[in-house]
Amino acid sequence: MKQLESQYEKILSDYMFDQSEKNLYIAQNFTRQLIQKNISPEDVVNIHKNAVGKIFPDRVGEDQPAYDFLIEVMVHYGMAHREHQSLLQIQAEYEMEMKIATNIQKTLLKTVVPQLSSIDIGMISIPFRKMNGDYVHFLHDREDYLSVAVTDVVGKGVPAALCMSMVKYGLETLEYAYKDPSYVLEVINRVIEKGVDDSMFVSMFYGCLDIQNSIFSYASAGHEPALHYSAKQGKFFSLEAKGLLLGVLSESKYSYNEIFLEDKDIVVMMTDGVTEFRSREDLNSREIITSLIVENKHVSAQQLCNILYKQIEKILDFKLSDDFTVVIIKN
Amino acid sequence: MTFKSSVEIITEWDIVAARQLGRDEAKALGFGIVDQARITTAISELARNIYLYARVGVIEVEKVETDVEKKIVVIATDQGPGIKDVRQVIEDGYSTSGGLGAGLPGVNRLMDSMVIQSVVGEGTTIRAEKRLR
Ligand SMILES: Nc1ncnc2c1ncn2[C@@H]1O[C@H](COP(=O)(O)OP(=O)(O)OP(=O)(O)O)[C@@H](O)[C@H]1O
Ligand SMILES: [Mg+2]
Repeated sequence: MKQLESQYEKILSDYMFDQSEKNLYIAQNFTRQLIQKNISPEDVVNIHKNAVGKIFPDRVGEDQPAYDFLIEVMVHYGMAHREHQSLLQIQAEYEMEMKIATNIQKTLLKTVVPQLSSIDIGMISIPFRKMNGDYVHFLHDREDYLSVAVTDVVGKGVPAALCMSMVKYGLETLEYAYKDPSYVLEVINRVIEKGVDDSMFVSMFYGCLDIQNSIFSYASAGHEPALHYSAKQGKFFSLEAKGLLLGVLSESKYSYNEIFLEDKDIVVMMTDGVTEFRSREDLNSREIITSLIVENKHVSAQQLCNILYKQIEKILDFKLSDDFTVVIIKN
Repeated sequence: MTFKSSVEIITEWDIVAARQLGRDEAKALGFGIVDQARITTAISELARNIYLYARVGVIEVEKVETDVEKKIVVIATDQGPGIKDVRQVIEDGYSTSGGLGAGLPGVNRLMDSMVIQSVVGEGTTIRAEKRLR
């Protein structure tokens, strides 16, 4: 402190005798030091007061009470300043924890896309913030069936990720029941309804492909409808299905639906982050998505996912406002 | 050697008397002008809390001078409603003035240490100390 005081006195007296920009610049650089050393505002006023007292000894009587008054005022600024610093530190700790949580989520909720010889599968899931509120789960224990659950938690961040872990656990315990989409949704709905607090809801589209018979059965819990592209007809069909969001009512029922997939048909499942163009509500997102699919129907399912993401990101001027997830199955 | 004096907090003006007492004692003990202001501000916060939340109480100021140290001890006592969650009130950002850095976390920082003892329905005692360096 003593050293800072004498430095300050020197800088101030230089300025009193030559009011140049250079001397002000020196003062400014000195301020950096003060802040770095955590000198609080009231101490700075005191340093100033003492320096003025030394430079103008004859004026001490007049000025000093005014400085004492200012010190009193600055004590409160000092408190606010220190609180601010401690909050910054707390924030850094939170960010650290958040980073760890994000990594845990990445490991825990890692989606493994099955590689099949007969069917081409692609997937992309890009979180809007650090934590992904979307989750995709594939089940392919038996050669003849492929199931996929595309989910979106209403809510973001850590609570959403925790809820998602439960969904994953629920799906993993289904074992051989996974073939009936409406039954799957009923079970997962009960898990969420019991286990998660009332403000947490999950939408899910569950599809199951009977590979040998090319029958795609599906059910939906308040989820964005999937799209079915019929190669033969060159037309899209919306795979709508009735059902409440998971976690709302314990006894919700979900309708069972099925379609027949012909050669080169495409099924596109997605979350509302893909279809809701919040920044560009003037655009018709479904039209854009369907025409992107038609234009690129010959590329692999994974490439098609990537193209959808890149193109939509571009159309929205890189201002996506939600987690973005697409799963594509090409027969 | 310990020298103790106190001010009863009954009206808002007693906060001023408590401040005056604290400043005088801090000065007598040899605290500089900035620390005098800090100690006074801490007393002010404690007295204001008594006035606001407990209606009445006492601020005691102790001057402690031994061979090894000189310190000032401020003790705020009341028989008010007490504080339910002591841990929470010393957290930054909790006070109703939020973000002004004032209140009990502020007291904790202005002084060297602060200990809160409080029983809901019985009252609160807060002891804060600052050593002369
Ligand atoms: N003596 C007391 N008796 C009962 N409750 C108290 C007492 N002192 C503080 N409290 C409780 O602790 C809380 C926090 O007090 P603190 O002084 O930190 O903040 P505040 O008084 O709410 O706001 P300010 O920043 O304006 O002081 C108060 O809101 C009050 O509920
Ligand atoms: Mg207060």
